[in-house]
Amino acid sequence: MTGARWRRRWRRRLAEPRTLFAKLWDQHRVADLPGGAALIAIDRIFLHERTGAAALGGLKAAGRSVADPARVFCVMDHIVDTRPGRDDRTLMPGGQAFITETRAAAREAGLTLFDVTDPDQGIVHVVSPELGIVLPGATLVAPDSHTCTQGALGALAWGIGSSEAEHAMATGTLRVATPRTMRVTYTGKLGRGVTPKDMILALIARHEAGGGKGHVVEFAGEAVTALDMEGRMTLCNMATEFAAMTGVIAPDEATFDYLAGRRYAPRGAAWDRAVAHWRTLATDPGASFDAELEIDAAALEPMVSWGTSPEHSVAISGAVPGDAGDRPLAYMGLRPGEALAGLPIDAAFIGSCTNSRLSDLRRAAALLTGRRVAPGVKALCVPGSSAVKRAAEAEGLDKVFTEAGFEWRESGCSMCFYAGGESFPAGSRVVSSTNRNFEGRQGPGIRTHVASPETVVASAIAGRIADPRAIGEGADA
Amino acid sequence: MPEPLTTHTGVAAPLLRDNIDTDAIIPSREMKTTGKTGLAEGLFAGWRYLAPGTRDPDPSFVLNQPAYAGATILLGGSNFGCGSSREHAVWALAEFGIRAVIATSFAPIFFGNCVRNGICPAVLPPEAVAEIAAAAEAGSQVSLDVEAGTVSLADGRTWSFSLEAEARAMLTEGLDAIDLTLKLRDRIAAFHARDRAERPWIYLEEQA
Repeated sequence: MTGARWRRRWRRRLAEPRTLFAKLWDQHRVADLPGGAALIAIDRIFLHERTGAAALGGLKAAGRSVADPARVFCVMDHIVDTRPGRDDRTLMPGGQAFITETRAAAREAGLTLFDVTDPDQGIVHVVSPELGIVLPGATLVAPDSHTCTQGALGALAWGIGSSEAEHAMATGTLRVATPRTMRVTYTGKLGRGVTPKDMILALIARHEAGGGKGHVVEFAGEAVTALDMEGRMTLCNMATEFAAMTGVIAPDEATFDYLAGRRYAPRGAAWDRAVAHWRTLATDPGASFDAELEIDAAALEPMVSWGTSPEHSVAISGAVPGDAGDRPLAYMGLRPGEALAGLPIDAAFIGSCTNSRLSDLRRAAALLTGRRVAPGVKALCVPGSSAVKRAAEAEGLDKVFTEAGFEWRESGCSMCFYAGGESFPAGSRVVSSTNRNFEGRQGPGIRTHVASPETVVASAIAGRIADPRAIGEGADA
Repeated sequence: MPEPLTTHTGVAAPLLRDNIDTDAIIPSREMKTTGKTGLAEGLFAGWRYLAPGTRDPDPSFVLNQPAYAGATILLGGSNFGCGSSREHAVWALAEFGIRAVIATSFAPIFFGNCVRNGICPAVLPPEAVAEIAAAAEAGSQVSLDVEAGTVSLADGRTWSFSLEAEARAMLTEGLDAIDLTLKLRDRIAAFHARDRAERPWIYLEEQA
């Protein structure tokens, strides 16, 4: 295409109503590649110790270096121990090498590292917004599928593999096939005790785990704009569980208020200029999406998973579907038609990049105050970052958890997945505020039911899967 | 850098489940070193072996059955490779000898990881995958032509799949994506010059 033709087309395109995604895409398009792909500029890269050493090692072995180390960050979260007094040693056999090798490689490459005992350590998708590393309108990638969490700030943030992480570090760009777009509109207001976790589980249950089909999914509607930033992060977090490339929410005043004053956010005149730019980052009226879905948020109930995919989820008042397959039922030890509420549990887990931020812990602690975990139930709370842990402790939330019978841990991904170290007792049924109920995800034979932190707490108290709204009707109401 | 993959014929093993996740393909506990190798043994460990941590083959798992010995193609259901972005899943498949996965849909990160490691991810409709699986069960080998975008059986039945030009070139030419991109160095520099003026807050060294 000639320069003049290209410019004419570009001007026409700018005059047309555009989606938020199109604005983010156009802003970062360095070059068009054959077959509808584009070379997209990457503004921020985040590594963690599970795959950081492999990516940095691969880069080095190929004789390449990091193009702009000032924009590459690394944190220890995936396999770092979460027991009090931790150091580089891990319960996972051989885990220490992941930490020490990633540390050495990150230092050598000149990256910003949030190390094991750093006050800024935490789960990558908790730390990045907390420090203002992710910004509206930015592109951010990490070799971690839950990078989509950060779309909550109006960024185009998505998970990649190690090879792409090497590519992003070496070139400051990625070669990306233009994704299709989808808008999911949540109308109405959420009912009491219903949370963003329930919004996303309901979407996946209704439209299947493959339903996002590589689209960039914009979450919109009254129930989404009403969410605080941490709630929006929970919603976007599980876009990957919907097979989306990522989720994104248009930035608004709540976003700007959240970011103001954070360490890596712009300041002074640069802040004003940035906010003016960020205010343009919304889908124009009349812009069209490749797919649109609508969900009545007011009709949602707390959700809980029954099977081995997040799409195997039902309202907590519901039952295992009659047509549930044999395989998930055999793994989960359930029968078709069996009610979820009332199912005895062995363990309760609050943590992960989905639900471990301060607001999650506050809501969980509010339900837990003055109550105790049922006898025989192992219960853990793992704050999403060291900053979340400190803030929770300053409010006395740690006491609420420990007095109720929860263990109170250092921050990290912890038992969201099993890497060969810590797990629950064999065969445990676990109610978990995490994102994946895959076979073996939390350990061989572990039966995971994913749910909101409120549902985890209600279940921990009851010793069986329980509706958090029933607790709210008690003494606290 | 992966070997170019233009055409391939081999034994196809049917694993016709939806939502086969990367924790199933390579459990996290099997990712024992920081490198990219030594992973084939851990491939599908939770299904392939009788007990966790052991190496006693479970005879009911498809890749342990004599009919599928030496399988180089996997047949899957929808949303294949969902879950964790771990490229180890694809490194394990490649090291095991898998050159193609034919499924009804793929999770996006897994799809990209396949292309970058010389494994062809081919999307076909459920009826086609079922037919290919039936043929594979009856002992037929399966052929792939990446350039033409076709999957075929010895009896001539052929199905087309689409692959974006970039992905096809990566597979058939074994191209190194970083080398390709570095040829656009000037475009990247020009972008940064323009973008720095427009969005200075993105460039962190300037804030120090």
